Amino acid sequence: MNQATSPKRALSGPFADQVFGWLAKSAALLTMGLLAAILLSLAISAWPAIHKYGLSFLTSTVWDPVQEDFGGLVMIYGTVATSLIALLIAVPVSFGIALFLTELSPAWLKRPLGTAIELLAAVPSIVYGMWGLLVFGPVLATYVQIPLQRAFDGVPYFGAFVSGPPVGIGILSAGIILAIMIIPFISAVMRDVFEVTPPLLKESAYGLGATTWEVVSRVVLPYTKTGVIGGIMLGLGRAIGETMAVTFVIGNFNQLDSLSLFQAANSITSALANEFAEAGEGLHQAALMYLGLVLFFITFVILSLSKFLLAQLRKGEGTKT
Amino acid sequence: MSTNLALDARKARFAGRKRVNLLAIALAMSAMAFGLFWLFWILFETVRLGIDGLTFATLTQMTPPPNEEGGLANAIYGSVLMVTLATCVGAPIGIMAGIYLAEFDSKGWLAETTRFVNDILLSAPSIVIGLFVYSVVVSNFRSFSGFAGVVALALIVIPVVIRTTEDMLRLVPAGLREAAYALGAPKWKVIGSITMKAARSGVITGVLLAVARIAGETAPLLFTALSNQFWTSSLSEPMASLPVTIFKFAMSPYENWQKLAWAGVFLITLAVLGLNIVARALTRQKT
Repeated sequence: MNQATSPKRALSGPFADQVFGWLAKSAALLTMGLLAAILLSLAISAWPAIHKYGLSFLTSTVWDPVQEDFGGLVMIYGTVATSLIALLIAVPVSFGIALFLTELSPAWLKRPLGTAIELLAAVPSIVYGMWGLLVFGPVLATYVQIPLQRAFDGVPYFGAFVSGPPVGIGILSAGIILAIMIIPFISAVMRDVFEVTPPLLKESAYGLGATTWEVVSRVVLPYTKTGVIGGIMLGLGRAIGETMAVTFVIGNFNQLDSLSLFQAANSITSALANEFAEAGEGLHQAALMYLGLVLFFITFVILSLSKFLLAQLRKGEGTKT
Repeated sequence: MSTNLALDARKARFAGRKRVNLLAIALAMSAMAFGLFWLFWILFETVRLGIDGLTFATLTQMTPPPNEEGGLANAIYGSVLMVTLATCVGAPIGIMAGIYLAEFDSKGWLAETTRFVNDILLSAPSIVIGLFVYSVVVSNFRSFSGFAGVVALALIVIPVVIRTTEDMLRLVPAGLREAAYALGAPKWKVIGSITMKAARSGVITGVLLAVARIAGETAPLLFTALSNQFWTSSLSEPMASLPVTIFKFAMSPYENWQKLAWAGVFLITLAVLGLNIVARALTRQKT
């Protein structure tokens, strides 16, 4: 329907049509208002903390509910560090999975394998958390951390990276579990954009004698670059906002005094999950709301960027064949 | 002689390219194996430890104090109640908004903005939804309540349902709509009895996926519904839910609590993966 005819139609339409259209429109408006309402309510609830600390909240490492002095750097560091570890692991693995599913897998295996990876995304995060704390953590401590500590005992910089009690909780295990959780998201996007590559381009490259790897790295990847980055951003957004799995394994420790990957730490989401229900009204709650606002802002920027990049790719479709 | 040298060099380069290719293929296969490995490990442990902790009492008795016999009945009831209500609230709103995007205004600025906002909400951290509902509902009513939990879960249902409804309605061929209009059917009738009927299984799939998503959500319930050690049907009181109970029990040092938590994790995984598989089967029949 074009814009010239639609208002006329709506006016002349029967009553039921108008009611129905109005209902549908208000549902859409409600969704749109939701985002604004979330931002606004978080900002209002966080106002005491914003007013008191301003932006210095983001650079202060003090988190002392008793003295009522708050700074968010420890949690922000935890969120950033765990998400980076997750991306370091998840990006190459997802690329491999997408490559396998689009170029290597026999046709009859594509669907079941794709579904299996997608099911990994459907497993609730609390299951990852509990599995990480009670099954994976101890395994990581006995088979990775203790041998590493023995090997690097006394070595200046490396020693610091692996120090800490061998209980298997901390930044590294949170990062690994986040990686497992975002692999399905990133690989699904990568697989979809790889399939967007025109077969003609790929077949030409194969016809010239290129190997599978050469086709993927020099034809498919350059063609789908923006889409791949968009998928990675989507995964990053997920990793930053993930709550339960991180809360279980990160150890919830509000100090930043060690470089170790095995040191218990805290992330924005786990601080919220652990402290919010018990925080009294006042500055403590406002500071937590401030953290929530920072979290929402970061994910908002990352997701918008991801959506923009994916849209760029879709625009290019059909023009560059 | 010189041609021989050139040939050798080309052969060597070809062998090198083949080696790189083989390495890449091997790495891609191991990446696939890596992904499957975690899925099977997690499922295996969940089933092994879950069945171990699962007894008949798990389904019939209340959540116990530490080191006493008990089950998860109130938590399961709370979860089922809140998920059902949240779906009843969220799904109609999501379906209506999806209809708006697909049938009424698919190119205007309002639709573009709604789509953008919806994608943000779809991936927004669920704990932020919890914070939002806390500051709007809980702090105004001055009490944690099952009602607040329902609102938080409904807010998560909406974007999932909008997305699938719109996608599914777009798959309905335009010819069907035009045929109905040509017969003189009003718009609400065309949507209600033609396009929605054609897209029915897809829309149901969307709702099922949304149910699967909120059934395992913990973060938005932590400071909305909180938890409750006892059976309650009142939505104005704090209400236990399976995920929050698992969180509390798994983090505790008590052995019987941890056992119950594994049983709960097993039940949730079973329900969520089951719903996902049913949803997939529904769309496969369709296409």
